[in-house]
Amino acid sequence: MIKRFLLAVVLILAAAPAFAVNPDEVLSDPSLEARARALSAKLRCMVCQNQSIDDSNADLAKDLRLLVRERITEGDTDKQVLNYIVSRYGEFVLLKPPFNVRTLLLWGAPALLILAGGVSLIIFVRKRAGQPTGSKLTADEQARLVELSLD
Amino acid sequence: MIIEIGHYALVLALAIATILSIVPVIGARRGDQATMEIAPFGSVLLFALVAFSFAALTYAHVVSDFSVKNVWENSHSLVPLVYKYSGVWGNHEGSMMLWLLVLSLFSALVAVFGRNLPDTLKANVLAVQAWISFAFILFILLTSNPFIRLDPAPPEGRDLNPLLQDFGLAIHPPLLYLGYVGFSICFSFAVAALMEGRIDAALARWVRPWTLAAWIFLTLGIAMGSYWAYYELGWGGWWFWDPVENASFMPWLAGTALLHSALVMEKREALKIWTVLLAILTFSLSLLGTFLVRSGVLTSVHAFASDPSRGVFILCILLIFIGGALSLFAFRAPRLSAGGLFAPVSREGALVLNNLILTVACGTVLTGTLYPLLLETLTGDKISVGAPFFNMTFGLLMIPLLVAAPFGPLLAWKRGDLFGVLQRLYVAAGLAFVAALAIFYAEYGGPMLSLLGLAAGLFLVFGAAADLWHRSGLGKVDAHVAWRRLKGLPRSAFGTALAHAGLGITVLGIVAVSTFATEHIIEMKPGQTTDVGGYVVRFDGMQPATGPNYREDRGHFSIRRGGFEVADVWSAKRVYVAQQMPTTEAGIQTFGLSQLYVSLGDPTKDGGIVVRIWWKPFILCIWGGALIMAAGGVVSLSDRRLRVGAPSRKAKATKPAAPVMEAAE
Repeated sequence: MIKRFLLAVVLILAAAPAFAVNPDEVLSDPSLEARARALSAKLRCMVCQNQSIDDSNADLAKDLRLLVRERITEGDTDKQVLNYIVSRYGEFVLLKPPFNVRTLLLWGAPALLILAGGVSLIIFVRKRAGQPTGSKLTADEQARLVELSLD
Repeated sequence: MIIEIGHYALVLALAIATILSIVPVIGARRGDQATMEIAPFGSVLLFALVAFSFAALTYAHVVSDFSVKNVWENSHSLVPLVYKYSGVWGNHEGSMMLWLLVLSLFSALVAVFGRNLPDTLKANVLAVQAWISFAFILFILLTSNPFIRLDPAPPEGRDLNPLLQDFGLAIHPPLLYLGYVGFSICFSFAVAALMEGRIDAALARWVRPWTLAAWIFLTLGIAMGSYWAYYELGWGGWWFWDPVENASFMPWLAGTALLHSALVMEKREALKIWTVLLAILTFSLSLLGTFLVRSGVLTSVHAFASDPSRGVFILCILLIFIGGALSLFAFRAPRLSAGGLFAPVSREGALVLNNLILTVACGTVLTGTLYPLLLETLTGDKISVGAPFFNMTFGLLMIPLLVAAPFGPLLAWKRGDLFGVLQRLYVAAGLAFVAALAIFYAEYGGPMLSLLGLAAGLFLVFGAAADLWHRSGLGKVDAHVAWRRLKGLPRSAFGTALAHAGLGITVLGIVAVSTFATEHIIEMKPGQTTDVGGYVVRFDGMQPATGPNYREDRGHFSIRRGGFEVADVWSAKRVYVAQQMPTTEAGIQTFGLSQLYVSLGDPTKDGGIVVRIWWKPFILCIWGGALIMAAGGVVSLSDRRLRVGAPSRKAKATKPAAPVMEAAE
């Protein structure tokens, strides 16, 4: 059923280049439409570069937008819609990657960096305490200093 | 013939760069004046040769000499003259030539204005600059030569990418490169200092103005690019966290951190080692950005190059320079002496916090940009890291930075009084909150987080004003005394206030647009109207038109408010004839700081057309804030202590109160 529907959509669209979110896609219920828009912003248009399907005018993005809306009207929760899309297209489709072993370092990066920065700051301050400061004098400057102190 | 001479000039430049890379370093080692003096002379000569070479390429573009492959691929006889000029850098080869031109320009500037720099430092700095020039000239000659001829010459060119036929994009790359490449000076100073094994006051006084100059250009370049994307790509977005945007944003973040740490190094002789490291990292990120964009490793709107041999070459440049500089740093840093001490609550402490957050934010953007590439290379798994990730992580990191920024300038050096600063800022904070509530109420609310965002933006603006207010002593002393004090403040104080206020205005714009913007997607027939952001937009009809190298269908919209026509806009769908490439030309009408954005979709079967109209409240604040930030930079750059310039080591030896000695007490 869905496949036939999608095929029909593709055939209609093949004639003219599509445009990101067309009036005919918009759901009549504003709250459902708002959910569809929010979900669309989280999904990647896979033939584009880092663009969400909400922003993209590619045909594939339109197919996905319609798919999202279809799932929503059939009563899926946001999570179910995302799971459904991921099961069909893989995690690549999610613009916000899920937190798992593979993305551990990605999501952990800010915390790790703050920790590393903070720890090195503390070590540095501890090490610094009691050490002389300022830049070393060159031989010229040293000589000049001696000269000055003689005056 | 001119093309061949231009080509030859570039080869000569390679020879000069080779000499410049080696001879001055030897001279500096031996303390040989004559050998060191080759550096400034050679740098100017190098610039002259590169400039000639660039001019030759420009000439070929302007006269549409299609026997030159680069011109044939990227130009057309009907392209308007201004885009024939900008078309020079609207392609891979030309943009690398621009990169090189800017690089050699900066070297020449150091050579000319650096008369009072210590001789060995100047020789080393110019030599390091020459290493970079050498690498990029070699890269251009071996993999991206723009002077290749075609025989027989084609009668007509293949046209400049229509997206690039735009004034915004004509000036975006030069600004961006002036910023990117400007950081090379900081890099060269840092490496030269490491080579000498000492960081002296001359270095500290030189790094800050150069960082500031590069930062101003980069700020303007990024803002320009963002505005270009906004009006040209036709869906009203202004920042996409696209890897190419991130490539320019990372040096900006690192450069902003560098700007602040250089301040500490200059004034207090502290954070010297960190500043040197940051200078290396900032330019490394510029190189990384060049690699990401130029190698085609990411394919997006901006990346018009995809040839693996180029990618490998730039990767080698990247590894040699970053690896080399960082190894040198690892070797030499322990020998460098650290600077002055300070309490955690002090202006230095605030600037350390600024550096910590900015560096972490930069690292986060870097991780998000490279993670998908690395994961795919290592495991073959494909994931996407897009706007939702960056908005969340980067956004969270920015909150403490924005809240802390107004405190910095009010804290005293060495040991600050946090309670005293709080007493000076509570009025600003209160005003910010009230004003945020007022905007919130006028725009009919939104998520609570946006209220906090607005308040944070306004706090920056009012906090900057509070800084100047208290410095001049307004309210405490007579008005004319306060005025005299205000006039007597160093320009850098005004620069700081302007830049911080500009940041606040940008934040304000970002929060307002993300929260209060409205979107209308409808089918319109001529005569039909719709309400957007308090205005009535009427679609009057479509008409065809032709430009020099395109055809377009443009729609006319009249905008009414309270029954009166206040404006009208044209919005078009354009087809560039040579490449048969369609583009949308959005119709944009500005009302105060807000804009009405009209973009055309497809015609419907019953004679109407799909129209998308956005109301973008306060959107001009985003770029206006960036302009104010850059203006702050310019004001700060005109500060007296920077115009006077850095003292030379010789001059210092005769002046008893030289800063180097002071710090050694």
